[in-house]
Amino acid sequence: MKKQRYTISVFTEDVVGILNRVSIIFTRRKINVESIAASESEIKGIYRYTIVITETADQINKVVGQLDKQVEVVKALFHPESEIVHQEIALYKVRTGVLAAGGNAEKIVRAHNARVLSVEVEFTVIEKTGHKEETQQLFDDLQPFGILEFVRSGRVAITKPMKTLSSIVDQLEKLVQN
Amino acid sequence: MEELLTKTMTNQKLMTGSQAIVHSLIAEGVDLIFGYPGGAIMPVYDALYFVEDKITHILTRHEQGATHAAQGFARATGKVGVCIATSGPGATNLITGIADAQIDSTPLVCITGQVASQLLGTDAFQETDIIGISMPVTKWNFQITRAEEIPYALAKAFYIARTGRPGPVLIDITKDAQFEKLEFDYKPFKGMRSYVPVPKLSLTKVAEAATLINAAKKPFVLFGQGVLLAQAEIEFKTFIEKAGLPSAWTIMGLSALDSDHYLNVGMLGMHGNYAPNKLTNECDVLIAVGMRFDDRVTGDLSRYAKQAEVIHLEIDPSEIDKNVKTDVAVLGNAKESLKALTDLVNKNEHKDWLEKFRDLEKEEYTEVINEELNPKSEIMSMGEVIDKINLHSDQKNIIVSDVGQHQMIACRYAKFKQTRSSITSGGLGTMGFCLPAAIGAKMGRPKTQVISIIGDGGFQMTIQELGTIFQFKTAVKIVVLNNEFLGMVRQWQELFFEKRYASTTMVNPDFQTIVKGYGIKAKKVDKRENLEEAVKEMLEHDGSYFLEVMVGKENNVFPMIATGASVSEIRLK
Repeated sequence: MKKQRYTISVFTEDVVGILNRVSIIFTRRKINVESIAASESEIKGIYRYTIVITETADQINKVVGQLDKQVEVVKALFHPESEIVHQEIALYKVRTGVLAAGGNAEKIVRAHNARVLSVEVEFTVIEKTGHKEETQQLFDDLQPFGILEFVRSGRVAITKPMKTLSSIVDQLEKLVQN
Repeated sequence: MEELLTKTMTNQKLMTGSQAIVHSLIAEGVDLIFGYPGGAIMPVYDALYFVEDKITHILTRHEQGATHAAQGFARATGKVGVCIATSGPGATNLITGIADAQIDSTPLVCITGQVASQLLGTDAFQETDIIGISMPVTKWNFQITRAEEIPYALAKAFYIARTGRPGPVLIDITKDAQFEKLEFDYKPFKGMRSYVPVPKLSLTKVAEAATLINAAKKPFVLFGQGVLLAQAEIEFKTFIEKAGLPSAWTIMGLSALDSDHYLNVGMLGMHGNYAPNKLTNECDVLIAVGMRFDDRVTGDLSRYAKQAEVIHLEIDPSEIDKNVKTDVAVLGNAKESLKALTDLVNKNEHKDWLEKFRDLEKEEYTEVINEELNPKSEIMSMGEVIDKINLHSDQKNIIVSDVGQHQMIACRYAKFKQTRSSITSGGLGTMGFCLPAAIGAKMGRPKTQVISIIGDGGFQMTIQELGTIFQFKTAVKIVVLNNEFLGMVRQWQELFFEKRYASTTMVNPDFQTIVKGYGIKAKKVDKRENLEEAVKEMLEHDGSYFLEVMVGKENNVFPMIATGASVSEIRLK
């Protein structure tokens, strides 16, 4: 069966240890997590983990079933690339001198629509948001000039289907009351 | 002091964390717990001292024994089993039992002591990250660092352990939280948005399932522990009787349907019966009730019931399509699902189809069963021991088995007329499970005859629990089927490793002497002529009894589905 990239959204209660409970589901099946990002969702007290993995359709179904089954997971969903709008952020630290030299480096930064976050005497921090391919391209282009430090965030993604988290939570909360 | 405690409770409800733990247990109706004390749990043991009239604590001889005993108790009674241990090694010793309970869906609440909260992460004496360690094998776990968290956390623990698909829960409590004072107010847990224990039954799915069953010419039911856990034995029987459905069980489902019921066609899986395995690949509709298509049941999945339409009645949505693709999934509690389904199925008998099972059963009897129960050789078989127990008891015993050849033989040949009567380590296959589980079962159902069937290997894995039997005068019957081998591994070595018996020979001590040291009446049988009398004596004996039977050293368990083979390739020899 063919593997493809999936973005998993796991909505959890705000409790200690839940990240471990989520991650061991992948470890146990020897699935490599390509990226993970966590933040509070639009509902206070519910956290959202965005996890990217490459797997078969069969395996993704089982894994998300296991995630959803965890007691403190409110809901786990998965989406193929076509069903999400996603973004990553990358930061690059380069020598200020390289940019000030008036050479190609500055042009590259402009061409990539990257932003200068901070300029210090010794170094400059550049920010670029985009898909991984885009932040990687800037990395490749800047590399000849020397990159002192580089970091890229995990993917964050918004799903295209219109079903909201609050409608899911409302439904679940009704079940508890009954 | 006790008076003082009661007074404190009713008037001010101000108490220490450790008192709150025992009063939470009392509030949950717990009157029996299994455990082992140690430094980080001492305040709780001190609190238990004051409620000895309400909670009996069984001191096992090892924490592993405490978990298995709690499992045996839970499986025999349907209640939540409770065990308690200290931090560090006490906690890690619980893990095998917790893993066993997780894979066999057994409701447990395990309470562990932990070093004081300010010492967490400092490699303090007897500190271990039991939350991290137990996470993959618990349904839920939680660390309490403040006394005020205790009532809520324990109420939640019991709720999660027993509802939906049951499972083990671990609560780790730091020592300072055990000493800290709190206002005790216990409220039963009512549920939470992130946990739906029982999915809502879809009547559309029930109707789809009924349509398939009504159109079937060769329908076949597989049932597992889900029937027992949902207490749906009557609903199950009504369902299969109405639609005339031959039904086979997984070892976890054993005893949910009487052994001699006319629709009971036997055991599934690797060492199960011939007919149900063979005919899995001939049926037209396969109806799985509360079972999870374990690999020991299905054999090669790519050649498993491919011709059949599959209906799966299941409480856990993540089990649907996990191993076998389902055509109709009926999510819900088996009791409710079966009731709804029974209303919609037509009365039927499927006589010719049932006859096919009977024909293959005869073949198995001639080729395997007859020789196992009535051996021509003077060497005794495991099967004839089980057969004598069937013969001389009312078949309402609880049979607890360990893991290996004797387990397969006990499951294959023991007869049951009472539900919740077979207790065995199914999913994890934990050797050493039997003796402590039998202790827990007997304490849960003291009026029932509890017979543990163990091999000489497994017996020595938790042999120290004889001390628990001695101390608490637990009237369990212990049958050791001694073949002086790790029999199942030896069988595989014979069949698949050209008889290279690597480390499977057991040079055993004199079990008779050991057992007598624990004050347990003991007998050893090495000749057939003495077997029947000894079995009778054991069954009639008031108190614990140890019966050791010397059985064939190199007997094999058949039928057998070799690893990687299809169920229809089941071998009779």
